[in-house]
Amino acid sequence: MAYSEKVIEHYNNPRNVGSFAKDEPNVGTGVVGAPECGDVMKLQLKIGDDGVIEDARFKTFGCGSAIASSSYVTELVKGKHIDEAITIKNTVIVKELNLPPVKIHCSVLAEDAIKAAIADWRKRRGDNFASGEQPLRAKEA
Amino acid sequence: MLKKPVYMDNHATTRVDSRVLDAMLPYFTEKYGNAASRNHSFGWEAEEAVDRARNQIAALIGAKSKEIIFTSGATESDNLAIKGVVEFYKDKGNHVISCVTEHKAVLDSCRALERAGKATVTYLPVDKYGTVDPDAVRRAITDKTVLITIMWANNEIGTIHPIAEIGKIAKEKGIIFHCDAVQAIGKVPVDFEKAGVDLASITAHKIYGPKGIGAIYVRSKGPRVRLTPQMDGGGHERGMRSGTLNVPGIVGLGAACEIAGMEMPEEAQRLIQLRSQLQAGLFERLDEIYVNGHPTERLPGNLNVSFAYVEGESLLMGINDIAVSSGSACTSATLEPSYVIRALGIDDELAHSSIRFGLGRFNTLEEVDYVTDRVSKEVKRLREMSPLYEMAKEGIDLKSVNWKS
Ligand SMILES: Cc1ncc(COP(=O)(O)O)c(C=O)c1O
Ligand code: FES
Repeated sequence: MAYSEKVIEHYNNPRNVGSFAKDEPNVGTGVVGAPECGDVMKLQLKIGDDGVIEDARFKTFGCGSAIASSSYVTELVKGKHIDEAITIKNTVIVKELNLPPVKIHCSVLAEDAIKAAIADWRKRRGDNFASGEQPLRAKEA
Repeated sequence: MLKKPVYMDNHATTRVDSRVLDAMLPYFTEKYGNAASRNHSFGWEAEEAVDRARNQIAALIGAKSKEIIFTSGATESDNLAIKGVVEFYKDKGNHVISCVTEHKAVLDSCRALERAGKATVTYLPVDKYGTVDPDAVRRAITDKTVLITIMWANNEIGTIHPIAEIGKIAKEKGIIFHCDAVQAIGKVPVDFEKAGVDLASITAHKIYGPKGIGAIYVRSKGPRVRLTPQMDGGGHERGMRSGTLNVPGIVGLGAACEIAGMEMPEEAQRLIQLRSQLQAGLFERLDEIYVNGHPTERLPGNLNVSFAYVEGESLLMGINDIAVSSGSACTSATLEPSYVIRALGIDDELAHSSIRFGLGRFNTLEEVDYVTDRVSKEVKRLREMSPLYEMAKEGIDLKSVNWKS
């Protein structure tokens, strides 16, 4: 199967590969997938007190499309408020990277990773964040 | 200068040797007769060529020339052997013994018979090297068993089964023994007569011949094996396989067998050396890599390796000027990792990480060095990107993690 140019580009020059220290209080870590399924994605988001994603890192065990999806997602979420980031749909990734149908699940994994990372950040911030009330609002543009 | 891309997928198919092609060409252009035409020189010429090819093939595999029946390839040979025997001997029984690591052409022929209610099939497991235990074959035999079908050498991991031992058991019990010998002939010494094999599948395109031509060996004596044909028509090939003979293809298969037989001793040594070099080079540069298959009972050109923490398809993508294949799920249409690697009982994660290197006649030492270097660098790069590698380095037992997928 031939890969789209964008997948190849992200695969060759992945953005934001790496890890933040897990115990930093403003970092949320999402690990999704499973090794026996052949795909594990770890996404970390550094989130400010105002709920804005300041930085992101990923590591991915998976096919080239999974690596490209996670690389793209780190770029996509940076500067976004978590309320907005959490609504990102995998279809955005599919469209940007031109993923064929068999690779859609790789983009779903990336979407799940965002949600998992934000949930982790909320949990670690304490009760009001974990309650799902979302006390933080995106700043008016 | 190294020519790229480098082809190292010789278990999938091989380049046609120019000597084979040269032998074939006249049979397209000048000597285009139908081997079944009895009344003119065009037919005689074609028939002569087919007879010569039969001899060349028979000489390679320990057979008599009349025991060679031409087919369109090994998929057809496997189908004809398995379905043909079960249908012909239906009054004797309906049980078949096979093995979980067989090629799909064998497994799906068995499944088709099961679905049609024509046979029950025992699929024997393999050990951690991919070898089937002859005693397990013996124990699986019932008074209804009509066929044992076990391959000579596996196409993914290269493991060579104890075929002569199985042949002996089959003879002892009077059961017909079919062997898919596609990957073995021309690579390692094969003698069907001596090994007690009654039926065998071969194909030209794995031994530097053309695609779409193969043969089935059908033992003529001790016992004389009978088959129900799966193709009805003009009664070619002693009624077992109707259809006008593919004369250029047959000439190619014959030439390919002759060359392979002639060159086997040196070529096998050369391939073992290249393979050892590749293996040693990878092990020198990388930790946590594992060979899949048997350490010694293995095809000379085969090296199947799992690179832990790196997913196979992403590795293939990184080494895109090298043609190899992977047992990873992401490379398969079904998104299932290789059933052959899984049958070895290793962790699924390692099945996703497996790469098959298939060295062949046209590979060079220079190519091996290039591949070693390229693969090691890419594995290192991908490991830096792998959350599993990071966790393992932190001392986390990946099996203890509760993965939510
Ligand atoms: C072990 C084995 N059996 C059967 C086949 C099928 O052969 P063919 O491509 O000639 O149908 C192959 C290769 O594809 C093989 O490796
Ligand atoms: S991770 Fe397996 S297909 Fe993408």
